[in-house]
Amino acid sequence: MAKDYIIDIQHLSKSYGDVKVLDDINFYIRRGEFITLLGPSGCGKTTLLRQIAGFIAPDEGRILLEGKDISGIPPYKRPLNTVFQRYALFPHLDVFDNIAFGLKLQKLPAKEIEVRVKKMLKMVSMTDYEDRSVDSLSGGQQQRVAIARALVNYPKVLLLDEPLAALDLKMRKDMQMELKEIHRKMGITFIYVTHDQEEALTLSDTIVVLNEGRIQQIGTPTDIYNEPVNSFVADFIGESTILNGTMIRDRRVEFMGHEFDCVDEGFGENVPVDVVVRPEDVYIMNHQEGAQFSGVVQSCIFKGVHYEMFVETDKGYELMIQDYNAFEPGSTVGLLIRPSDIQVMHKERTINTIEAEVLDSHHVSMLGAEWECEVPDDAATGDTVIAEVPFDGIELLDHQEDGKLAGEVHFLLYKGDHYHLTILTDNGDRLWVDTDDIWDKGDLVGIDIRSEAIKLKLKND
Amino acid sequence: MKKVLAKAYLYLLLAMLYAPLLFIAVFSFTESRVLGNWTGFSTKLYSNLFTGGMNGGSSLLAAVENTLLIALIAAAISTLLGTVAAVGIFNLKGRKKQTMQFLNNIPMINPDIITGVSLFLLFVFLGFSQGYTTVVLAHVTFCTPYVVLNVLPKLAQMNPNIYEAALDLGATPGQALWKVLVPELRPGMISGFILAFTMSLDDFAVTFFTRGTIGLETLSTYIYADARKGGLTPELRPLMTIIFLIVLILLIVINMRQEKMKKQ
Repeated sequence: MAKDYIIDIQHLSKSYGDVKVLDDINFYIRRGEFITLLGPSGCGKTTLLRQIAGFIAPDEGRILLEGKDISGIPPYKRPLNTVFQRYALFPHLDVFDNIAFGLKLQKLPAKEIEVRVKKMLKMVSMTDYEDRSVDSLSGGQQQRVAIARALVNYPKVLLLDEPLAALDLKMRKDMQMELKEIHRKMGITFIYVTHDQEEALTLSDTIVVLNEGRIQQIGTPTDIYNEPVNSFVADFIGESTILNGTMIRDRRVEFMGHEFDCVDEGFGENVPVDVVVRPEDVYIMNHQEGAQFSGVVQSCIFKGVHYEMFVETDKGYELMIQDYNAFEPGSTVGLLIRPSDIQVMHKERTINTIEAEVLDSHHVSMLGAEWECEVPDDAATGDTVIAEVPFDGIELLDHQEDGKLAGEVHFLLYKGDHYHLTILTDNGDRLWVDTDDIWDKGDLVGIDIRSEAIKLKLKND
Repeated sequence: MKKVLAKAYLYLLLAMLYAPLLFIAVFSFTESRVLGNWTGFSTKLYSNLFTGGMNGGSSLLAAVENTLLIALIAAAISTLLGTVAAVGIFNLKGRKKQTMQFLNNIPMINPDIITGVSLFLLFVFLGFSQGYTTVVLAHVTFCTPYVVLNVLPKLAQMNPNIYEAALDLGATPGQALWKVLVPELRPGMISGFILAFTMSLDDFAVTFFTRGTIGLETLSTYIYADARKGGLTPELRPLMTIIFLIVLILLIVINMRQEKMKKQ
């Protein structure tokens, strides 16, 4: 194998009860790389890291370290070390003994242990702290000791589980720079877990974006930021406006009621797509010459380096814009987006597709309830059919008991003029809903489907 | 006025609680056989106690020796069992954890006499010949829950990752236990040990039912038998005083340790 992969993860899956925490994870890590596993809480990133460390056994799949399967090897025999989220220093040992813990277990001569520990203390700028008790150290200092304790063993890979999460903002920024420096000096492969997208963009050579146990995208920070592959990544990384659009033909896309030139090709003609516009990529000016469309400034907030403005466009869409100049709320402005700043993405779905069973000529059973709808003549009772429900065919109700089904808002995306929600029903099914109403993540809702919105198709169609 | 009354009430209560102990302590410094007669200050009872120069002195000392030995062994075994049990209970989830904690509390509330009789019946049923071993086993039974109760809070305070951190740094599960877990739990284990020791020390009912017929006497059963023979051996007075002081010191030590643990 010519490829210099230090870790190769193949078809890794893990479930807790019915919940699939990791679902067929595949990726590799190059030697010496700084790779970040990024995702919201509960996306499976920590589970993945703990499987690499050996604290959790995968249900399926393999983890290869330098080509050898380490899935069955206990953590204390893996040449990897971990920096834990809350440091996990040994309170009964002083700084020196904490760092020396691994070396003493290896039964190295005392002289060598001392040399290596002192070298590490210097590396993390903690010289002269060796006799201190770990309880007397600040959070940042404890973190340095934890990093030294792991690195002193010269692991093949260093695993870091949200190591900076407990530090305040300023300290976190300083430690980010130091981590980067340590990585450069040591040349060891780092696998870093975080939910902080800014941290991931700052530190990483490669970012793996995870959501709900699946890899969404793997790429360099610039790739991930500039060319997100789906609306989840676009929404999660940085600020963005995600809009419904139509790819008219190659290099021509329609959204917000206007046509734009873009650089994307190969989507086909008149295909529904998602369009991402970053707030810093919209040019805003107080004249209409050279503008592609116009808008009225709704609000303008000073954010330190730039101003953040919300603009209502001429066709009624809301757009977030960041610019160094402030524009008065109420003023009419000209707006322009350059072709290369428009990121076009395939839609994951354009309609809800639900499996249903025909009950009689006017009723089907689906999602664990009975629904009235038009049943095609060639479908017999007991047949399994596919029901298609458009995103706006589903109504959400304030009270769970008012709907035929109950569920909760699982994910929401603002699409410029409406919200696109992912609803998780109590039976574990997922429905996608377009609505003008404002909901929050975690809201409990009642669900109704308008009977005229349900279109049935035979399964073999 | 109200304050004075409240204070007076408190002191009266304390006086009533400690009067018998003080009474015995004072009268341990006189030679009279009958308790309550002051025949002048003397430390003869104390010297008798330690030289065995009294009626049945050797059996009293043997009883003291048995008591201490049983308490030490029972406390040591309980500490070991209780710590392991606490780790097990701590790692249970939800209902199971609650149930186990509840089951752990029952032996502590259960009247000694019930524990004693039921253990007696159990030993008879199993055909154990009763004696030293059964007494130790019985004491372990009622001491272990106290150790569990002292170790659990230490586990809750502990960073759950430190065991994994030890494994991660190359320690086998056994090494991680000895080098990281035990040092962390030690304060709880020591408090548990001291408590178990004092519980075993003053037990009468359970010992009485499980010591069998081989003539094994601990201090409490000795005093019981002695009192029935008519009148307490006067040397018991200095002995009681000494035991009270030892227990008092142990309790102060436990309290100070708990204060220290809270401050951390």
